Amino acid sequence: MSAREIAILGVGMHPWGKWGRNFVEYGLVAARAALADAGIDWRKIQFVSGAATIRCGYPGYVAGATFAQALGWQGAQVNTSYAACASGSQALAAARSKILSGECEVALVIGADTTPKGFLAPQKGERPDDPDWVRFRLGITNPAYFGLYARRRMGLYGDTQEDFARVKVKNADHGFSNPNARYRKRFSMEDVAASAMVANPLRLMDICATSDGAAALIVSSLDFARRHGRGDAVRIAAISTVTPTFASEVLEMPDLATDSAVAAAAHRFRAALPRKAYEEAGIGPEDVHVAEVYDLSTALELDWYEDLQFCARGDAAGLLRAGVTRLGGRLPVNASGGLACFGEAVPAQALAQVCELAWQLRGTAGARQVEGAKVGITANQGLFGHGSSVIVKK
Amino acid sequence: MGTKTQIAALPGWYSLDGEPHLIGSRCIACRSYYFPKRTTACRNPACGSDTLEAVSLSRTGKLWSFTDACYQPPEPFLAPDPFVPFAIAAVELEHERMVVLGQVVSGVDVGQLRLGMTMELVVEPLFADEATESLVWKWRPV
Repeated sequence: MSAREIAILGVGMHPWGKWGRNFVEYGLVAARAALADAGIDWRKIQFVSGAATIRCGYPGYVAGATFAQALGWQGAQVNTSYAACASGSQALAAARSKILSGECEVALVIGADTTPKGFLAPQKGERPDDPDWVRFRLGITNPAYFGLYARRRMGLYGDTQEDFARVKVKNADHGFSNPNARYRKRFSMEDVAASAMVANPLRLMDICATSDGAAALIVSSLDFARRHGRGDAVRIAAISTVTPTFASEVLEMPDLATDSAVAAAAHRFRAALPRKAYEEAGIGPEDVHVAEVYDLSTALELDWYEDLQFCARGDAAGLLRAGVTRLGGRLPVNASGGLACFGEAVPAQALAQVCELAWQLRGTAGARQVEGAKVGITANQGLFGHGSSVIVKK
Repeated sequence: MGTKTQIAALPGWYSLDGEPHLIGSRCIACRSYYFPKRTTACRNPACGSDTLEAVSLSRTGKLWSFTDACYQPPEPFLAPDPFVPFAIAAVELEHERMVVLGQVVSGVDVGQLRLGMTMELVVEPLFADEATESLVWKWRPV
């Protein structure tokens, strides 16, 4: 397996928030932090792998080159990936491919975003052949899909709105001391229950905001790491970015309908992402010590427990109630505070998950440290069949 | 509905007759259904047929899940002034083995919905101007 591993030499972030500045500024801060953390001179970076943002004009579409120029052109190879919420993971996968194929030894992987206020909305124009445009025309926003998933959990498994609130309270506790989190405030069950209903059964505090932010990684071959005295660096053991398999079992954003399961069995996309990651790393869910999952909503975090095989389908709320997934429990989930404390900065978010795992596995996560963490997994999902799961190990 | 001209907000996606139905398509080889309709290229990777036929989808199904829009969605949604919250349903069509999303008819809120109940397809205005009403499919509890 180790032949397919790469080292994480450095990680860095720009704090999440609603800063209203150009995304390149955030990216520069994150890149310089990651370079300093790695102890690598920028001019030594051989490949810049950027995650695109689609809301910041042309510089965002060519994010890899934008950051390379901002740091000072130095002749590195460059690439930009776009895969909705999994953009960061795809940029990471591109870097891994270059490293494992011998095309480069050390790479900068970077994503940053500046987000508008309120609901994420499609680009302008009349596009009735674009399902994303049509669903917005019908008034079906992202939180509506989260509401559908949450309600289905209540109907099938007996989850309650209190269970969803418990996720928020847990993640707010976790993120309270995280200097990179946007929301550093503890909340009570009553606070969540008092927040406005957005997409029944989900309230404002059940749904993640959109944020500005940036995250960057310096990754290298294991040989390069050893030559630079970093043979003990944490490693990436798996990057899964598989597509769904026809037919879809769950109604996914931005679709108006699932596939028909008349001729093919229905498959659950979210479950496929970590399954491939476990297979690639040669480990199972029982080997995981810490997880960063995409809590676009509180209820969605519970779906992930099951898709990551931490428990049987329908048992996630039980795991939560038993305290298993909070700091101090057997398998803390979203020790960073998750999207509940960060809000989503799309191209940076999947990389931020990996940054958190790197800090956890190095044992430098401070007040939110998961004791003895040696193996961590991320899980994330975006629109149009994109998602990712990354395994980091010591 | 007065004297306004009624048109489809999404022409070709559904019929506007007394018993409206969604217009989907079906692969003539593997029988997989699609909504919205496709004119070519079945997406079943084990099939690969390029011949799909337009079909009317079932008008009723079971409620797979539901939610609502408490806040005014952004454009291209065209909101009435003042905005009126509406419920949203995902309905499982048994024959087609698929789940189809849509608004719930006006006047029905989430308190009147429960998983598994039978829902029926109707058409109702999505938005209107002085002269025309643009209709869309919606789900109504039976």
